[in-house]
Amino acid sequence: MASRIRQPKTTGTYVRRGLVIAYLFLLVVWPVSLVVQHTFSGGLDNLQTALSDPDVVFALQLTVYVAVWAVVINTIFGVGVSLLLVRYDFPGRGILSALIDLPLSVSPIVVGLALLLAYGGNNGLLGPTLQDAGLQVAFAPLGIIMATAFVSLPLVIRELVPVLQEIGTDQEQAARSLGAGPWQTFRRITLPSVKWALLYGVVLSLARSLGEFGAVKIMSGNIAGQTQTATLSVEEKYQDFQQGTAYATSFLLALIAVAALVVVSVLRPKENPDGD
Amino acid sequence: MGIEIRGINKFFGDFVALENINLSIPSGQLTALLGPSGGGKSTLLRIIAGLESSDSGTVEIEGVDTTNVPAQKRNVGFVFQHYAAFKHMTVAKNIAFGLEIRKRPKDEVKDRVQELLKLVHLEQWSDRLPSQLSGGQRQRMALARALAIEPNVLLLDEPFGALDAKVRKELRDWLRRLHDEMHVTTVFVTHDQEEALEVSDSLVVINEGRIEQIGSPDDLYDRPASDFVLSFLGPVTRLGDHLIRPHDIEISRYEQAATATGRITRWTRVGFEIRLEVTPDDKLHPDPVHVVVTRAEATALGLHEGDQVWLRPQAGVEPVRA
Repeated sequence: MASRIRQPKTTGTYVRRGLVIAYLFLLVVWPVSLVVQHTFSGGLDNLQTALSDPDVVFALQLTVYVAVWAVVINTIFGVGVSLLLVRYDFPGRGILSALIDLPLSVSPIVVGLALLLAYGGNNGLLGPTLQDAGLQVAFAPLGIIMATAFVSLPLVIRELVPVLQEIGTDQEQAARSLGAGPWQTFRRITLPSVKWALLYGVVLSLARSLGEFGAVKIMSGNIAGQTQTATLSVEEKYQDFQQGTAYATSFLLALIAVAALVVVSVLRPKENPDGD
Repeated sequence: MGIEIRGINKFFGDFVALENINLSIPSGQLTALLGPSGGGKSTLLRIIAGLESSDSGTVEIEGVDTTNVPAQKRNVGFVFQHYAAFKHMTVAKNIAFGLEIRKRPKDEVKDRVQELLKLVHLEQWSDRLPSQLSGGQRQRMALARALAIEPNVLLLDEPFGALDAKVRKELRDWLRRLHDEMHVTTVFVTHDQEEALEVSDSLVVINEGRIEQIGSPDDLYDRPASDFVLSFLGPVTRLGDHLIRPHDIEISRYEQAATATGRITRWTRVGFEIRLEVTPDDKLHPDPVHVVVTRAEATALGLHEGDQVWLRPQAGVEPVRA
C-alpha cells in the first residue's frame, strides 16, 4: 500500500505501537482467549457436554438457519438499495441514506420491542391479521429472521456504496453500447466489479447475525428447543450454572464468525488487481 | 445516409446544453466535433450513442430512426476518454464482450478477437488484465472492443485526452490510418484543434450548445465564419482593426506601406520558431501585436529585439475585421 507512511523509526514509533497493541490485547485478545481457555479447561468435555444437549444443538441450528436467511435477504435487498442510492437521484435520497444507518445506532432491544409492537400475535398492529392468515411472526423463526435482518441491514450497503461510487458508470455504459441489456450488464460487469466488497459485507452480516442477542431475545420469546438461538442459550446456561456449556457454545459462535473472516481475507487478493 | 441529426435540444435544468442542432454526418468519413469544454459536443455524441436522451429532435443512423432505440440496440461503437476497460476481464475477454453478448459461435469469436488483437497490435497482451497495460494500449483495446461488433458508426469521446503528448500523437496518426483501411463512419470529440485539423475529413465547431461552423479543415482554417472559429482554430492577434494569425504578418525593418509600425519589445524562441511582440507606435491601438517568424526568416531579415519594424498582412491573406 502506497498510502503507508515510511519514515525512520523513533522511540515514539515504538511507544505508539505498544499503546495500540496493549489496548487491543486488554480489550479484545485477552478476554476472548479466556473464553477459549475456559472452553478447553477440561479437555473436550465442555464441547462434548454442550453438543450432547439437544437444546444447545437446536439453538445452534436455529442460529445458523436464521443467520443464513437474514444474510440472503440483506444481500439481495442491500445490492438493490446500494444501486438505488448510487446510480439514481430521487427526492428523499438523503433521508433514505440516513435511514439505512438507523439499525446501527438504535439499541437492538428497541428494535425487538418495535417489531413486537408491529407484528405481535395478540396485540401487535399487523400480527393478528398475519396470524389469521396462518403466518406466525412473533415468537417464531420468521420473527427472529426479521429482527436479525433488521440489525444487520446496513452492513452490505455500507460496504457496497463506496465501491459502486468509485467504479463509476463508464464500464456499465460501455457494456450497454456493446449490446448488453440491464441484467447482462449487472451480472457481467457490475457484480464482478463489486464482488469483494459484497463478500465482505456478507461476512460482516453473517457475523453480526450469528451474534445478535437483544432484538432476538424480545422477538423470539426465548423458548428452549423452539425459539432459543445460540446467544440466548449461552445466557441461559451461564445463569443456570452450566458455565462449561456456555463457554463451549460461545466458542463455537466465535469460531464460525472468525472462520468466515479468515476465509475472506485469505481469498481476497493481496494487491488490488483492479489497478486504475 | 450516415448520421442525420435534426432539431436536437438538450437541457440540464436551466442550462442549455444543445440548442436546435441540425447536422448531417456523411457515411464513411472521419468527422471531428471540436469546441471548448462544456460546449455540448460530448453531450451530442452521447445522444447519438443513446447514452443520453435528447429533450427533442431525432437521430437517424444509416437511414434508421434511432431516437427511441436504447443504446444496446443501436450497434454503435463507443470509445470513452478514460477507456472504460472491463477491469476484471483480460484484454481478449474485453474485446470478445460484444460478440459473446450477441451469442456468436465460440470459434468465430476467437478468430475475430485474434484479428482485432493484430489490428491494434496487442497480440502479446491478450491474456493480460487492463491494469497491466499502458494508457495507449488500454485505449487501443477499447477501440478493438468497439470495432468487434462491426458497428454502424464509431463514436470516440475525447479518445486521446487522458494520454501524454507523444502517445497522443502516435494514436492520432494510427487512428487516421485505421480509418483509411476500415472506412467506418467515425465521429470523434476533441477540444484540441490541432488533433481535429490533422485527423478529420470534416470538422464541426460547437460552442455554447450551437454549431458555429461545418466544413473541411482547410475551409475552417482559411475561411472562418466567426471570430470564435478563427480564434479557436489557432493563435490570433490584432493588427490595426483586423484579426489575423501571427504567422500571416509580413514584418520588415525597412519602411514600407504598413498597417502598423512599432518596436520589437519581446523575443521568445520556441524550437524552430521565434515569437515576437511588437508594440505599435499608434496610440489608438497600443496592444502588442504578436508575430511569428521562423529562425531562418529572422536571420534573413536581420531582426533583433528593440528594432523598429513595419507590419502588414502577407500577400493573399484576408484578415477578419474585428
